Amino acid sequence: MNVTVKYFAVCHEMLDRSEEEMELPDGATVRTILKRLEEEWPEIAEFYEVMQMSVNWEYATENTELTEGDEVALIPPVTGGCDV
Amino acid sequence: MFKIITETITGEEVREAVEGPDAGAVVLFLGTVRNNTDGRPVKCLEYEAYPPMAEKKMAEIAQEISDQWGIDRVAMVHRVGKLEIGEVSVAVAVASPHRKDGFEACRYAMDRLKQIVPIWKREVWADGEAEWVKPDAVFFDAPKPHKTASQID
Repeated sequence: MNVTVKYFAVCHEMLDRSEEEMELPDGATVRTILKRLEEEWPEIAEFYEVMQMSVNWEYATENTELTEGDEVALIPPVTGGCDV
Repeated sequence: MFKIITETITGEEVREAVEGPDAGAVVLFLGTVRNNTDGRPVKCLEYEAYPPMAEKKMAEIAQEISDQWGIDRVAMVHRVGKLEIGEVSVAVAVASPHRKDGFEACRYAMDRLKQIVPIWKREVWADGEAEWVKPDAVFFDAPKPHKTASQID
């Protein structure tokens, strides 16, 4: 199956791209993507504890199963608004 | 109205979006770009968002406010891109029959926005360095996915 993976903020910067298509085996989960990214960017594992993932604009877990055409995103800790 | 935009925010857009004959109060919050963070001079801020998810999460916050206070007139816009000192980054408007609920709901909306809406801020310091802002401990440790306003306090 093919899914789109989006990267924002610090992830965008570290991976030097904002999105990509990934071909994944049947039965793949969010974890499958994280494992693949670790090969390219080992330090990303340190971010997993604070980072969230989304699938089709909804927060997901590492165990969330993926299907063809899903839009997955790595969500670093959000910091919108202002500090008041 | 729940939007991620690149244009200047005045506050009028969200105020107009919530006005109605049943409102006895309109609470309008504007977040603006401050010239320093903990005393370190800031040159400007850069905001990035995941627009479709951000707008979906804003709508969910409005639903939470409807569930908790019975208020259905809530609007939120957040600007992305480069913002200069003094410019408005975020606007929240809540119209309610009475001011107490309006103030509480507006505060709740901002607190929740900072927890669940995928928007990121990059500080560009006056000395030329730049870095993505890390959230403060309160929100960093916030349980997911929902907290009530009273728990946040």
